[in-house]
Amino acid sequence: MSEQTVTRTLDLAERFPGAVTPDERPGYEGYLVQPGRLLEVTTALRDELGFDYLSSVTGVDYLPEGKMEVVYHLYQSVGGSALVLKAQIPRDDPRAPSLVPVFPGAELQEREAYDLLGIRFEGHPDLRRILMWEGFEGHPLRKDWREPYYEEDAKPFKSRWPEGHVWRAEDKNPFHKNVSYPAGFNPETWVPEGDAALYAALGKVEQRGASTTMKTDQVIVNLGPQHPSTHGVFRMVVTLDGETVVALKPVMGYLHRNHEKIGERNTYLQNMPFTDRLDYFCSMSNNFGYALAVEKLMGVKPPERCEYIRVIMAELTRIVNHLLAIGFLLNDLGAYFTPLIYAFEERELILDVFEAVSGSRMMCNYFRFGGVARDFPEGVLERVRDLVYERLPRKIDELDLYLTNNDIIRMRAEGVGVLRPEQAIALSAVGPVLRGSGVPYDVRRADPYSIYERFDFDVAVRYHGDVYDRYLIRLDEIRQSLRILQQAVRDIPDGPIQEGKPQYQVRVPAGEAYGRVEGPKGELGYYVISNGKPNPWRYHVRAPSFINLTTLEPMALGNKIADVVIILGSIDIVLGEVDR
Amino acid sequence: MSDELNSPQYDVPPEMQGQIAITTLDKIYNWSRRSSVWPMFFGLACCAIEMIATATSRFDIARFGMEVMRPSPRQTDLLLVSGTVTKKMIPQIVRLYNQMPEPKYVVAMGACASGGGPFKEGYNVVSGIDNYIPVDVYIPGCPPTPQALLHGLITLQKKIDKQTLKTARWYDKESEAAIPVPVFGPDIMDPRDYEAIKLHAQEKLQAELNIPSPEVEQG
Ligand code: SF4
Repeated sequence: MSEQTVTRTLDLAERFPGAVTPDERPGYEGYLVQPGRLLEVTTALRDELGFDYLSSVTGVDYLPEGKMEVVYHLYQSVGGSALVLKAQIPRDDPRAPSLVPVFPGAELQEREAYDLLGIRFEGHPDLRRILMWEGFEGHPLRKDWREPYYEEDAKPFKSRWPEGHVWRAEDKNPFHKNVSYPAGFNPETWVPEGDAALYAALGKVEQRGASTTMKTDQVIVNLGPQHPSTHGVFRMVVTLDGETVVALKPVMGYLHRNHEKIGERNTYLQNMPFTDRLDYFCSMSNNFGYALAVEKLMGVKPPERCEYIRVIMAELTRIVNHLLAIGFLLNDLGAYFTPLIYAFEERELILDVFEAVSGSRMMCNYFRFGGVARDFPEGVLERVRDLVYERLPRKIDELDLYLTNNDIIRMRAEGVGVLRPEQAIALSAVGPVLRGSGVPYDVRRADPYSIYERFDFDVAVRYHGDVYDRYLIRLDEIRQSLRILQQAVRDIPDGPIQEGKPQYQVRVPAGEAYGRVEGPKGELGYYVISNGKPNPWRYHVRAPSFINLTTLEPMALGNKIADVVIILGSIDIVLGEVDR
Repeated sequence: MSDELNSPQYDVPPEMQGQIAITTLDKIYNWSRRSSVWPMFFGLACCAIEMIATATSRFDIARFGMEVMRPSPRQTDLLLVSGTVTKKMIPQIVRLYNQMPEPKYVVAMGACASGGGPFKEGYNVVSGIDNYIPVDVYIPGCPPTPQALLHGLITLQKKIDKQTLKTARWYDKESEAAIPVPVFGPDIMDPRDYEAIKLHAQEKLQAELNIPSPEVEQG
């Protein structure tokens, strides 16, 4: 059985004397880097050792120690284990150098760390708030920041358990709403900041790619957050020269539901149903990643049968997601709803399986630490077998036949929104976006987890990097998933589905862990820090569709405004995960 | 025409039966409205996926004449709030609601839209859309199944059936004022609450400075 590990063997302390020291805290991994030399170290790691792929950037607030820490997870794009770097900075003046010059994919993640923790990244090209609005009071993920409905630092709250006397949070708030204002605040003299900073950031790049032969006026167009093609409450602001996009900024946070703040108050198991609601198409894969991270901390392994069940669920989820991604993409291409309705028909059948095993169609809350919630009820395995051997292969071929060589689709999608492989790696793209650009990177193969090593499947890859390839690669991946599923339903053994007794309150030793899975939208990672208490000290989600949005502007520049919609569709975002 | 219209309590001569229908204006008015409620094509979060599932073949919302989803608020009758309402989004939702022509209805789909749901304690989450705009039907569930959504919409139809032209608010001379759009402050601010905000912020300041408030002084 394979296990994701962390690179420890490199003698970085020797290579960078004075700049890098191994992280010796018990339960911690990786290296501490002097913030001042971070750029130098990461540049060398990228250019000399091949750690060219920055997967995740996040911050941690160590309130008792008076420190903040910026945590970086680096990988080699040829595969292998993680290299974890950390920069410690003082809490009262948190500044770190921005890694955007080395890894442009850090852009949105650093903005998020600035927004939620107040870490200033020096040298960042556009450091603004990203999830909350400009003018919002405070940095919510700091440990001493309290939300208006604050009750206690950690659950279970005493008002619910053990004494159990529940009241409504509204009744205790002076406004009977989820709001609070600083002392002495006067709303009448307040001037909202509005979108000035956003438009200023857009203006900075105004001349990029503009036509030189003819001088035309540029217009700024807002798409969203209420727009039929933005797949939810996403907003983008584009500057147009004629119909050509010369600048684009994604604007998000309209579905920012504070997963991380709530997650740090929750107990470990209470977070499981919240992961369902991140990428709400793929609750099973979300469960998977979180379970992996916490299992790593706890040092437990699920039993054999459970591993198979997990793989079956994760791969069925991938099929659901890719079918819908194709359906929505075709919606955007103008094939209004018909392909989507076909996709939904298959989704319903798979959802029936989910409902049978977990009790819920969408929000499955099915995985447990060291197991799954319950075994397959009678008849479910037969139903899955029928789906993966009979129905789905036929339906995928049908879809392929109807759509792939359609002239309109080819004309609209071929050569549009091209992302080159080196760009994709630098921008930290993941999943079908990365593989559609010719980089055969799939966590299931590059850094295997669970029992994926046992299965015979290919990493799908396409080389043009355009919208059409990102459509084709989803079809390829569905076929590969079917291959895995066919092997899994053939080989699944009998046995227990849970290691030890199921527990509501798990004991998690102090330490950190990063669990990542190849979710349908790409690498989905959970960074969890435990301090030995029943609640995680830090719970961070590395969301694939959030980071994939970094690629939106480079892909959209120079294309027509109508194509931006399908480029966005081909990234396949889901707002629950983008905004978290 | 459907049976429900055909209860005129008036004897139609046998030769005319099946050719004419006698009904009240209210009934035919409500019947036609309830059979073509156009929802706004507007999804907020997870619940929106089940809303789309309701529109597809297995559940087929078209049976109720509600399959025509319009992205423009100007063409819709029903704001189906399908998902978590965040503080960052609420100004837009209020604006969309204001832009809808009367008669208009609001359905809060799911736990989040009804009361904040699992994310209620979140700092960016509005605990229920009814803090800002009036709601006609609440649908419990997280997410509500498509069947539950259909049940909620049938409930809305029943509500429409009970309305009458005499008291309909959209024929009132004094039409309702638009709902003020919330403003981004240090936290979201409802313009209707400005006085209260000022008051409480002052009280908080005094408490912080440890100045006893005037009432205490007098007492
Ligand atoms: S009620 Fe549940 S399913 Fe619906 S938006 Fe809220 S969290 Fe998502």
